[in-house]
Amino acid sequence: MAEPASTVTLTIDGQSVTVPANTTILEAARSIGVDIPTICAHDATTPRGLCRLCVVDINRGRLLQPACIVPCQDGMVVETANERVRTSRRTILEMLHSAVDLSQAPAIQRYMAEYGADPQRFPEGRRREHPVLDDNAFYIRDYNKCVMCWRCMQVCAEDAQYIFALSIDARGFSSHITTAFDIPMPESTCVFCGQCVGVCPTNALKPKIEWGLEQGLSPDQIRETSRGMRRRQKPIRVE
Amino acid sequence: MVDQTSPELVTLERLAADFAGRGRDALLPALWAVQTAYGYIGPEAVRVLSQTLDIPEADIYGVIGFYSMFYDRPAGRTIIRVCTSPSCGLAGADRALHTLCDRLGTVPGGTTPDGQYTVEQTTCLGLCEHAPAALVSRQGAGEQQYAPIDIDAILAGQPGHHNGVIGSMTRVLLRDLPTDRAQTLAEYGEYVALQRALSDLMPEEVIAKIEASGLVGRGGAAFPTGLKWSFTRRAPGTPHYVVCNADESEPGTFKDRVLLEIRPHLLLEGLAICAYAIGAEQAYIFIRGEYPLATERLQQAIAEAEAAGYLGENILGSGFSLHVEVRRGAGAYICGEETALFEAIEGKRGYPRIKPPFPTTHGLFGKPTVINNVETLCKVPGIINRGGRWFRQWGTDLSTGIKLVAVSGHVQRPGVYEIPLGVTLRHVLEALCGGVVGELQAVLMGGAAGTFLRPEEIDVRLTFEDLRAIGSTLGSGAIMVFNDTVDLRDVLRRIGEFFQHESCGKCYPCQLGTQRQKEILDRLATPLPGDRQRLADIGQTMTESSLCGLGQTAAAAVLSAMRQWPELFPA
Repeated sequence: MAEPASTVTLTIDGQSVTVPANTTILEAARSIGVDIPTICAHDATTPRGLCRLCVVDINRGRLLQPACIVPCQDGMVVETANERVRTSRRTILEMLHSAVDLSQAPAIQRYMAEYGADPQRFPEGRRREHPVLDDNAFYIRDYNKCVMCWRCMQVCAEDAQYIFALSIDARGFSSHITTAFDIPMPESTCVFCGQCVGVCPTNALKPKIEWGLEQGLSPDQIRETSRGMRRRQKPIRVE
Repeated sequence: MVDQTSPELVTLERLAADFAGRGRDALLPALWAVQTAYGYIGPEAVRVLSQTLDIPEADIYGVIGFYSMFYDRPAGRTIIRVCTSPSCGLAGADRALHTLCDRLGTVPGGTTPDGQYTVEQTTCLGLCEHAPAALVSRQGAGEQQYAPIDIDAILAGQPGHHNGVIGSMTRVLLRDLPTDRAQTLAEYGEYVALQRALSDLMPEEVIAKIEASGLVGRGGAAFPTGLKWSFTRRAPGTPHYVVCNADESEPGTFKDRVLLEIRPHLLLEGLAICAYAIGAEQAYIFIRGEYPLATERLQQAIAEAEAAGYLGENILGSGFSLHVEVRRGAGAYICGEETALFEAIEGKRGYPRIKPPFPTTHGLFGKPTVINNVETLCKVPGIINRGGRWFRQWGTDLSTGIKLVAVSGHVQRPGVYEIPLGVTLRHVLEALCGGVVGELQAVLMGGAAGTFLRPEEIDVRLTFEDLRAIGSTLGSGAIMVFNDTVDLRDVLRRIGEFFQHESCGKCYPCQLGTQRQKEILDRLATPLPGDRQRLADIGQTMTESSLCGLGQTAAAAVLSAMRQWPELFPA
């Protein structure tokens, strides 16, 4: 078998670009200053191609392709913002906005403006509604703001911590992040490492102190609300 | 919380012990064992399975939540699911659902106060020719199908039943068969084609014969079967696997169910030949959880074939061995998508994977895998026995051989029909099915993910190329017929409901789009200004940007209806 070429040359929005083989289209585009929007992508997590905001048109194919996944190939002609691409991105953003509270997701709001997404496009659409979960002393979970990017679950699992406190319940529009049987965090395997809070793009996960201050609580009051939320102690066992 | 010595925990641990030492892929079988025994899978069961199979509890909970036939809290001891998909809808499913609920004093989705019955509305049980259909789960006993639905029989605990309705022009797959039971091995005869392959043909020669036949996949994607086999045979890495996709779950699609129920040995022989050709010693048949009768008959046939030496170790003294395992799905249409099906066998939520890589090199357990539809594999023994030219005597150059079509809705004789590719749709409806009941209004070709035809288009020849030329699809061979008494908006509403219910939720276009599409289809009679453009944008976005074939076709029927009957969609 021949050695694969170490570099490939392709065209992105009319510009020729040469990159190392196995570079994604997203990386190649960014290297020449072409911005492709993303929601689920994060440097610390395995790309899953969920949000599809980064779709691009490759060789005018039947389907649009996720730039965060697809590697560059020699001779590709990539269009990152033609009408097809813009329709998909705009519609995804409009549908997302109609389902989820994006008020604390500034990056997504910027995309909304950039793609001319109408926040009222789906006026009577069902929203994802969940009670705000305040069950531990460290962070709150407001899944009304969750865009299902999976990052929290990924860093809790094989992408970082191997703790596996989180999973997804249900399917489709109803699917949502939760613990086993929706148990409170202190009863789960969570070790309160904070990685999930760190990678959340919409403030669905937020440090409790920050959330409490926003609610107008004093630090003492915040501490008071956390009383009794300590992690369940497992008995020490000597073998 | 159950204490350490409770009888329930002891029973659970005994039940889990059957799965000890197995890997994560034992999860679905283990969950089925608990679900059937207890009627639900609660925290204690999850804890025991987590320890037995070394899977995090949260992961197991996520898997339970993905599959609609698994429950994480107690439901009624008998769960009755009534299908309200288009064909059942035409046949009075809504009325049957409400009659049932009235008799039991509950509502769809509810459980009777005594905990005896839960009634649910469901989307497609694959019994469209006997519509309306119901599927009943009884704690401790498992599933039974009732088609057409018989409320008295269900409530009296009588066994369910349905027969196949078959007809055949070419008499290859379907011929002179009893339709109320499976053909036995004695009736099927020896596995002549398998014997021939093992004694006379190198694997490459088997593949060459399949390639010469021009056979393409019968699950809907129509990929050349021989090419798929040769890619997998040559793929580096061991072991290789064969997987049979018996998860047909799309409204209007039921031809594989009939093959499984009445010709299980034909499938097993085809499967064994495929395994020999691609160098696999392990095969899985993944069958939808809504097909208990087919599952039972298939398992019996496997036992018969093993006893006769057609499956198992050192088959017919050839040195070739093949182990076949049946895996039950648990209520998720998405698992008919090949990579989602692999995930389900591997014990995970049935999310589709990103392709490439393709299954031929990275399939089940990441290994080279051939995954073929039931009907595709059933064509293999004939081709090996009689050759590619024999198979090409039917059909066209581009669509060779024979095809099963599943006809439901407003025809005199709904059922599964075997046709030579190239006959017209009119011939199927008029000559085979005895004609349309009433005045034809529309035909939905290819199932819920297919496209609508108008009455003046039914002279189209049923080939992949002829249908493509008029913007339609043969798909898996589903043909749903609607007469002029039908409000097509009601059909579209049911299709929208199906996709909303079955979207896995992995990628945004489908997760959000199937929900918003359903909402707009629900209000087609009283639309909001701008709904037509909303549907068009959702459809384009799902079609072009979704991750897998489900999302990419979830708007196909709607978009085709918009082209055919724009008057149904006020701007």
